[in-house]
Amino acid sequence: MAIGIALILLVVGTLAFHFWSPWTYSELASNWGQIDSMLSLTFVVSAIVFVVINLFVAVCVIRFRYDKDRKADFDPENKKMEWILIGITTVGVIMLLAPGLFVYSEFVNPPEEAHVVEVVGQQFAWSFRFPGEDGVLGLSDMRFVNIISNPFGIDPDDPAGHDDILVQQEELHLPIGQPVKTQMRSKDVLHNFYVPNFRVKMDLVPGLVTSLWFTPTKTGTFDIACAEYCGNGHHTMGGKVVVEDQASFENWLAQFPVFKSEDSQVEVSIEEIGSRIAQSACLSCHSIDGSPSVGPTWLGLYGKQETLSDGSTVSVDDDYLRESIVDPNAKIVQGYAGGMSAFANLSDDELNALIRYIETLSE
Amino acid sequence: MNAMTPTKNPTPPNHIGNNRGGNGWGDHHEDQYESASPLGKRIGLWIFMGVASILFSSLISAYVVRMGLSDWHPLPEPWWLWANTATLILASVFLQWSLNSAKQGNLTVTKNGIMLGGLFGALFIVGQVWAWLQFINLGYFVETNPANTFFYLMTALHGAHLLGGLVAWIRTQRTVQRNESATKVVLGVEMCTVYWHFLLVVWLVLFGLMLLT
Amino acid sequence: MAKAEHVEAEQHHDDHDDHHEPQGIWQKYIFSQDHKIIAIQYTLTAIFVGLIGLGLSGVMRLQLGFPGDFGITDAFYFQAITMHGMIMVVYLLTALLLGGFGNYLIPLMLGARDMAFPYLNMLSYWFYFVSVVVLLASFFVPGGPTGAGWTLYPPQSILPNTPGADGLGIVLMIGSLAIFIVAATMGGLNYVVTVLQLRAKGMTLMRMPLSIWGIFTASILALLAFPALFVGAVMMMFDNLLGTSFFMPAIVDAAGNLVSASPDKPAYSGGSPLLFQHLFWYFGHPEVYIVALPAFGVISDVLATHARKTIFGYHMMVWAILAIGVISFVVWAHHMFVSGMNPYFGFFFASTTLVIAIPTAIKVYNWIFTLWRGNIRLNTPMLWCIGFISTFLIGGLTGLWLGNVIVDIPLSDTYFVIAHFHLVMGVSAVFAIFAGLYHWFPKVTGRHLNKIMSRTHFWVTFVGVYVVFLPMHYLGFEGMPRRYPSYGEDFNFPASATDLNAFITIAAIIMGIVQFVFIFNMAWSAFKGKKAEGNPWESTTLEWQTPDTPPVHGNWGPSLPVVHRWAYDYSVPGANKDYLTQDTAPSATAPRSDRHLDDHGTHNNGHED
Repeated sequence: MAIGIALILLVVGTLAFHFWSPWTYSELASNWGQIDSMLSLTFVVSAIVFVVINLFVAVCVIRFRYDKDRKADFDPENKKMEWILIGITTVGVIMLLAPGLFVYSEFVNPPEEAHVVEVVGQQFAWSFRFPGEDGVLGLSDMRFVNIISNPFGIDPDDPAGHDDILVQQEELHLPIGQPVKTQMRSKDVLHNFYVPNFRVKMDLVPGLVTSLWFTPTKTGTFDIACAEYCGNGHHTMGGKVVVEDQASFENWLAQFPVFKSEDSQVEVSIEEIGSRIAQSACLSCHSIDGSPSVGPTWLGLYGKQETLSDGSTVSVDDDYLRESIVDPNAKIVQGYAGGMSAFANLSDDELNALIRYIETLSE
Repeated sequence: MNAMTPTKNPTPPNHIGNNRGGNGWGDHHEDQYESASPLGKRIGLWIFMGVASILFSSLISAYVVRMGLSDWHPLPEPWWLWANTATLILASVFLQWSLNSAKQGNLTVTKNGIMLGGLFGALFIVGQVWAWLQFINLGYFVETNPANTFFYLMTALHGAHLLGGLVAWIRTQRTVQRNESATKVVLGVEMCTVYWHFLLVVWLVLFGLMLLT
Repeated sequence: MAKAEHVEAEQHHDDHDDHHEPQGIWQKYIFSQDHKIIAIQYTLTAIFVGLIGLGLSGVMRLQLGFPGDFGITDAFYFQAITMHGMIMVVYLLTALLLGGFGNYLIPLMLGARDMAFPYLNMLSYWFYFVSVVVLLASFFVPGGPTGAGWTLYPPQSILPNTPGADGLGIVLMIGSLAIFIVAATMGGLNYVVTVLQLRAKGMTLMRMPLSIWGIFTASILALLAFPALFVGAVMMMFDNLLGTSFFMPAIVDAAGNLVSASPDKPAYSGGSPLLFQHLFWYFGHPEVYIVALPAFGVISDVLATHARKTIFGYHMMVWAILAIGVISFVVWAHHMFVSGMNPYFGFFFASTTLVIAIPTAIKVYNWIFTLWRGNIRLNTPMLWCIGFISTFLIGGLTGLWLGNVIVDIPLSDTYFVIAHFHLVMGVSAVFAIFAGLYHWFPKVTGRHLNKIMSRTHFWVTFVGVYVVFLPMHYLGFEGMPRRYPSYGEDFNFPASATDLNAFITIAAIIMGIVQFVFIFNMAWSAFKGKKAEGNPWESTTLEWQTPDTPPVHGNWGPSLPVVHRWAYDYSVPGANKDYLTQDTAPSATAPRSDRHLDDHGTHNNGHED
């Protein structure tokens, strides 16, 4: 009896929760309204089945509860009814599947005119590459990666890559109304490029190039969230997509360096070199604004007394920092898990530049 | 219904099919119900071979997928693998000879056959280990190339199944050597033989795959 | 033993004699070959390890509800999700349903004295035990257990900056799985041969209780699916320890260096992370049904007994089980719709996945029609059955969302998925387990569970699962990704979602605590509970007809039962009571009712009329 009432309350409560709770789909900002339609269709079908079957069970439990003077019906099977139900279910399944596959076929066939942007994932940061005037991205391979001269691993012998525009930051701008095809690859582990408002998502797989496409339809700033577990800093691997008009987009893109031009660097300060190294290798795990991250923040780090995991303290100076970069797991700061890669391939000059840069953050 | 088969060592009827005797392996207690009939044991063996087939099929699918990627350099096919293959074939032949004799009631030949079969089986394992050492000497390390890795992995997994087969062989062999009636050991010899045939087939498939690719 | 000599050996062992009772605590309770003791060993070990899994979910919920307040590091959070998932899916659900229920029920329900291979059965348990020890050992090694996520996707799982990958964590996890697979293979072999070979006289396949059909089919699935995981585990071990490149492509660390297993090994290159995912899910999806099919069976039997009604559409139920078993091998890549595999696979796997919904729906229809015009006794096991129908329904329906590839794309890897698989595989399977434990407890121990504690346990859990998991669907709609220990200021999720998480945490913790009421109830009632008669639920199936309760070694006394009818003769017209046990010979007051099963050509060895 109580369980019957509980099931009725469950149905009422579920519906109430659906209609009165503040939580629902994030605002749609792409062309994938069809996906939302599929979600709604599926929702309606499954909600009806959920309500009907729960209420049916509730009625049974209440109406046919035990009575020692009554005997249950003897009703071992009813082939006809079973086949009818199979038929209805099959029709329901086709109703969901057929339009679903139709929309999916659009998802797997990006439009010809879509412009290409490359999304590169690494622990725990996003970076982006635009193909430049030729419209073609240069080939890439992990063997070419160098965190100072070639963080994207672009093949220097492929001319298509020479005009590629490198956006080494976690904010991507896209022009509104133009279909975009993202080509995605990872430098280390699996990641997933997911912007809830665009609805579509896809994994980044090291060794493969994956892709998806969408057309931004609303201006504004949208979150990127990494949706495939990628390690200790998975939840910090955020980013932003800013959708804006074509002119603002072009202005924004113009500020970024082209791949080949990086070879002919003008004279920059030693701290600036350090800052670039940090940008491509360090800041995905160390913040420079004091916020906690995968590793200790660099704000005010230089010169302070740090407590290590064994309880001892150490003063943060050149020697300590150098050791912590080259052999990072020798001394772990209390409260952190360790596990940072060893940056043993940095030259003495580069190490020095990085340490001078860290020092500027304590001034 | 085939109630009382005459036996020298009468076992209680509730222990039919439970062939004990302190064989040192699997220390059964008299108070357990071992209930599998000969058919049940055969089904059990076939199911196990089915499971092993799935295992090797998964491995082969992985091999085929991985082979399609760019960095595949096949191993050479030296004579010693051919020699090992011949050894394993001989093992199967002798075991089959033993089984046929057991069915005909010829205990002496059964004993000789199973002994030779097992020895050649063991020789195959030794030969495989020797093949590994040869490859390592030639610089084909396990991590050098995926083709090498697959060779070591496949032979290792196959070898593990062979070691299991060898344990089964030791058990059967002891029973056979101790026994005085060929008909009583048919089931044991048959199970042992079928399993070794299976291992031969698996090896031929794996070896063939490596030859062809 | 003298008596034994003149007993006919017509059946395998019609003779039973108390002298066979094993002597000494060591053989009787520790290295026992009695299927009932092994079942209890499996069950208790699985419940123990399940409580650890429950504790880990508490760790996760505390961090999610109150990020940072309990000193839970991100690394420990990831270790907790990994161990929680693996423990619950493999070491609790699979072990309890096959090793626990399978071992207890197969011989008793089929009228056998024991399993076909009792010694192998004992080995199976001890391999399982060792696999649990190895798994739990990873909590005590430097670096702790692996935090790679329960799916253990490479490259993550073998990179040294993953929690637990630096030390032995991942090695112990893979090793433990390999040992578990050996245990499951030994067990599965036993269950299949026993079902095929040791059924009592008259127990045709189409007279078997659905529990046995579920366990039997699940055992076959386990035998066919686990080898793929085994191969994947061995290959991953190679990549991890020997530096090979099965699954490892060329990747760089944050310093831009190519990664290798150790400085003296060549850099990884050319491997395919997706290959592992295929091997994992080729095992992983049948694994869902390895858990679900025995649960379906248990629910069918408990439901019919307490509804005092024949299970509706027995034929269709059997065919549905078999159909689900077969189709479950061609749906695995629906876990990989956004994995980067060839997108055209999506068409095929979405179609097969939705096809599997049809036999699954049939089962739900037949359960609810079994209730229709029944005479329903709302005993505690029945409450769990009704709870199961409700939670399985919602979990199954959300399966239609995630199986349909285009609907999966926005929801994949969000809290919607968490809600879906917890309801369909976690909660429903656990409800079936509770239904079974409450149902068979009087047979296993000879005593009844305490009713007040039983009801408390049910009601809090039933309300709890909805309060915990229903809102998670909506967090998924919001787009909240899974496997985040906290949702920082980087993301614009509504602040109310954080409050919702805190609320879910409180509900989950209350629900977790109530599980200890159940543990206490079991422990207390096993010794102090009210004594139970042999067949307290007035059930038809053979396990309730044993001469002793709890059944003694050998189960059946001097002669084996003979089966005269199917397992669901409840409320048969013309019968003098509302159930006829399977070993009741047909008579005027006990008519046969299963003629509708005869036309279908399973080899019928029951010619009793």
